[in-house]
Amino acid sequence: MAHAPPRGIRAIPPPWVGDYLPASLEVDDTALGRTRLCQFWIERRAVTVAAGRKALVIYLMAGLDTPELAEAAVAGGADLIEIGFPFSDPLADGPVIRRAAERALAQGMRTAACLACLREVRQRAPKTPIVPMTYSSLLEAYGWERFAEETRAAGATSLIVADLPADERPDLRRIQLVAPTSTDERIALAASTTDGWLYLVTVAGTTGARTDLSPALAGLVERARHAAPQLPLYAGFGISTPDHARQAARLADGIVVGSRALEVAEAGPAALGDYVASLRAAI
Amino acid sequence: MSLTYGPYGGRFVPETLIPALDELQAAWESLRDDDAFRRELHELATSYAGRPTPLTLAERFAPGKRLYLKREDLLHTGAHKLNNALGQAVLARRLGKQRIVAETGAGQHGVATATVCARFGLECVVYMGEEDMRRQRPNVERMGLLGAEVRPVDFGTQTLKEATSEAIRDWITNVETTHYLIGSCVGPHPYPEIVRELQAVIGREAREQMLAAAGRLPELAIACVGGGSNAIGLFAGFIDDAQVRLLGVEAAGAASLGAGRPGVLHGARSSLLADADGQILDAHSISAGLDYPGVGPEHAQLRDTGRADYVTATDEEATAAFRRLAETEGIIPALESSHALARALHVEEELVLVCLSGRGDKDLAEVLAAPRS
Repeated sequence: MAHAPPRGIRAIPPPWVGDYLPASLEVDDTALGRTRLCQFWIERRAVTVAAGRKALVIYLMAGLDTPELAEAAVAGGADLIEIGFPFSDPLADGPVIRRAAERALAQGMRTAACLACLREVRQRAPKTPIVPMTYSSLLEAYGWERFAEETRAAGATSLIVADLPADERPDLRRIQLVAPTSTDERIALAASTTDGWLYLVTVAGTTGARTDLSPALAGLVERARHAAPQLPLYAGFGISTPDHARQAARLADGIVVGSRALEVAEAGPAALGDYVASLRAAI
Repeated sequence: MSLTYGPYGGRFVPETLIPALDELQAAWESLRDDDAFRRELHELATSYAGRPTPLTLAERFAPGKRLYLKREDLLHTGAHKLNNALGQAVLARRLGKQRIVAETGAGQHGVATATVCARFGLECVVYMGEEDMRRQRPNVERMGLLGAEVRPVDFGTQTLKEATSEAIRDWITNVETTHYLIGSCVGPHPYPEIVRELQAVIGREAREQMLAAAGRLPELAIACVGGGSNAIGLFAGFIDDAQVRLLGVEAAGAASLGAGRPGVLHGARSSLLADADGQILDAHSISAGLDYPGVGPEHAQLRDTGRADYVTATDEEATAAFRRLAETEGIIPALESSHALARALHVEEELVLVCLSGRGDKDLAEVLAAPRS
């Protein structure tokens, strides 16, 4: 699925193309608890900041057509793909992602099928970081370490667990989330343990489109920058339009778009590619 | 943070809620042993809720045994749920929260929450599955009358599981202004502990009353278990009395302890009805209050340590016990409590204490529609 992004968008290739770290990367625990992968992200941010480029993260629910959709999203300018492993009771998600999870489960997208989907996305997007996003219950059932190992073996760059705050299961390497309600202490904890970048939840609420970008984002970015000046900060929740994307990307190093991407993806890869390209152009 | 009850408990919620849980825990820890707080609760319990509730010997229901009923059905609003709702409302006021959200299954917790919100002038939103709204119509109407907004939950099982998820989503969205008044000893820490402590009044009173009425402790204490709040409250009174056997009765189609596996739901690790992939399964029970695929983490620990036993009763057994208590004692029990009554008839022990957690007015339509066995 090749979609020509708007002219000029890909004139300069992203500086990290080819630099995606292989899944076999060993953890290198430093005194900070940082991994080499994390160091990679910090260095990558330095390069992208210098190049003035913001990261665009697109969330897709695991499903039969997800590999094709992921390829279209990457062609449209996505820098990172999140793959939702559906859970029956997704507390952090609003109606769009909840319904997508219900449909995916009805289609048999259980953990094994999600891992197969992940492998296929990895093949179709060999240089794009891919991050499964799910809930604790799936890891509990599969085995926490086994889940982390097998997602990595299937091509995952890291992991997001929406209902696992930084102080639960500290041994599990993952991308940590912080929210406007997080205290400075909790932001510092999340920043010191996160695997690569920090996910800024823009708003107290669940996932899903909103009319306006949350006014809480600016303060959260400021506090997170203070806690971890070098860490890439990607903002998500409630970002759906190019206008939101532009505003959020002025503050953060990247943006995450989920619910609206899922809605657009229902019209197929071409529509998703165009939508992603419109976000890319906006940031 | 660590797991709270052996390998169970914890705080498996989105980060957005963690500061609110920290705040709740700090408030709870400062109030738990605070004399003024205890006095306020005691005053409300006696002058408003109707505590202490009596102990009734059910001679005709269980001939050949001495079976005592702890009459939480006589508490204001008709169930033990008010013990927890009153305590948490006082807590919410201390936290400065003016808006309350809650979930409800049978509607008893929703009614208790709507009641305390009316009493204290708090805004009240109750999430309830559409299936439960259908089968517990009187409670929906009571909540409306008490000034609460009942929000129907029309997806998934349309029962307590989805209502709980929606209440938590509301809380995530409005966490700065809102207290989540959870109805059972489930959810993220410190909720299971708060609910247990607020329901422990059942066991404290029952222990004293048994000593006064029977001259000794019961051989067996029985309660129904959905999320498990009336059971954990009853058990709290006898947990240190090793000679008292503790028995929880689950609905046969919702046996989170009897047929469950370790999993994570609604913020805690516990024993759940879930498949091998960790997807939560549908529970089924004629009793809306037991129709839940999870259970309080402390019950999972009590099961594992062997301190409490857990068995099941079927819809038919519960319905038969419901009718039997009405016909032999002139007491119409809640369908939930009827599960405990059903098992109480078939235990070996002679001196038995049953928690009659609620009254059954709300269940008349359901029972009258069920085939008579």
